[in-house]
Amino acid sequence: MNRPVLPVAAGLLLVSVAAAVTVGSADLSIGDVLRAVGTHLGLPVRPLPPLADSIVWDLRLPRVLLAALVGAGLAVCGAVLQALTRNPLADPYLLGVSAGASTGAVAVLVLGIGGGISLATGAFLGSALAFGAVLLLAGRRAAEPTRIVLAGVAVSQLFSALTSLIVISDAASRDTRSVTFWLLGSLTAASWPAVALCAVVAGAGLVLCWAAATALDAFAFGTDVARSLGFSAARTRLVLFALTALVAATLAAASGAIGFVGLTVPHAVRFLTGAGHRVLLPASALAGAIFLIWADTAARTVFAPQELPVGVLTALLGVPVFAVVMRRRSGTP
Amino acid sequence: MSARLDAAGVGWDVAGARILASVAFAAAPGETVGLLGPNGSGKSSLLRLLGGLARPSAGQVSLDSVALSALPRRALARRIAVVTQQTATDVEMTALEVVLLGRIPYRPRLAGVAATDLSMARRALASAGLDGFADRRWSTLSGGERQRVDLARAFVQEPDLLLLDEPTNHLDIRHQLDLLRTLAASPTTVVVTLHDLNLAADWCDRLVLLCGGRVVAAGTPAAVLTAERILEVYDVPVDIDAGPDGRPRIRYRR
Repeated sequence: MNRPVLPVAAGLLLVSVAAAVTVGSADLSIGDVLRAVGTHLGLPVRPLPPLADSIVWDLRLPRVLLAALVGAGLAVCGAVLQALTRNPLADPYLLGVSAGASTGAVAVLVLGIGGGISLATGAFLGSALAFGAVLLLAGRRAAEPTRIVLAGVAVSQLFSALTSLIVISDAASRDTRSVTFWLLGSLTAASWPAVALCAVVAGAGLVLCWAAATALDAFAFGTDVARSLGFSAARTRLVLFALTALVAATLAAASGAIGFVGLTVPHAVRFLTGAGHRVLLPASALAGAIFLIWADTAARTVFAPQELPVGVLTALLGVPVFAVVMRRRSGTP
Repeated sequence: MSARLDAAGVGWDVAGARILASVAFAAAPGETVGLLGPNGSGKSSLLRLLGGLARPSAGQVSLDSVALSALPRRALARRIAVVTQQTATDVEMTALEVVLLGRIPYRPRLAGVAATDLSMARRALASAGLDGFADRRWSTLSGGERQRVDLARAFVQEPDLLLLDEPTNHLDIRHQLDLLRTLAASPTTVVVTLHDLNLAADWCDRLVLLCGGRVVAAGTPAAVLTAERILEVYDVPVDIDAGPDGRPRIRYRR
């Protein structure tokens, strides 16, 4: 029953990428999209007019691909953290990453700290700082889920307060609107370098997490069972905590803190695939990618020419999905 | 098939509190040893140390004369199966998936479930009386059903040593007897904590009685379960008869 899920989802993802690129103020067909991609890959196809080509290749395609990568990475991080902490509310930002990214971003944008480093670099450094603070606060027994989750809550609060402080200290600035936009999560800054970076990090993250799929299954009943099945519980947890923090920090640097994807998608996917992580992780990646592609397409077109931060849309769509998941969870299968 | 288990001078401290002090313990290959003692006497803690789930603060546990601390976890997982008291309710796995966890130590790290694992897990479910439960989600099982799924997981782990913490919890009397009969007949070395003194006397080869983190008595059921000792350790007056098989029968006074 599980077998068709992955190929079907992979097919849906390809179709979604192509279809989402056609959506927008300039009218393009799927044929146009394929021609533009073919041209840039050096295939013998008739090129599009330069303007249309630029819309596909420079604007829409990197944005759609970035949405796919961010969605995939967030969903995988969420699934892994939910398994490791046995907490259905765990999401990729559990360990302070998004709060740290926000602080780093506003420090660069509003205070001009860092001597001209990019907003993304500032956000990444902020995330790394926050995750470091979480490890420090959790102390020697950081591999215990309760301790690291509590440390994550405390550090997130601290960094959120710092972010607010920085934003308020500069209330007159015209940067406030762009800060708010960024804090809510947005893919407007998509570029080919960002796509490449996220592809490498999210791809490696998915492969490494998938390699730990059996260990994640073993954690379903907690530390003792994982140990008795042959896993070093503390080491496995710490490595995977650090790995998901790195992936989430990279994604947050590229797109801000897009909420609800990492929390909701794994729960929804479990209904289709069951709890086993060998299928759950790749299926979550595909579902997260498809979900964020369409959420972002809606974010940039529904109120065109105005754009919504995609984080607002994922929350609007994510909450009803979550409500359905909660109802199904409490009932019998 | 079965292993010898030894513990010498084992102590365990948690946050400055002494849970176990200089515990000596031995189980011969194939023996079924019952671990008895009042609440808080250290039974579950000792079982975790014997299974290598935690390192003792003092002393050493060894399996066939090799210290547990010298064995890699994965090698240990192929030899020792542990069933601790189960509190998880909110698990999304099916009964079959839970039993299949027991085959993890035998599987190459990146491999999926093999067909032999699957047939083994189905057989284990059937012999636990759980035919037709394979696709039931854990969260929908009763306490006794969960206990039996957990035991099936331990059996497919094909251990040389099986450690069970209160396995009769949640089981009706028939399934309690089924389990103890299986354990007594199995060639695997078994250490099991029990609260029911009569079941322990009937089905264990030897008993170890703990109180306050120390071993108070160890030996055959008849040697360990005397009326004086039960009064001293549990503060409960009892009458004891010897059954026809020589095992003690305990009657609690009203």
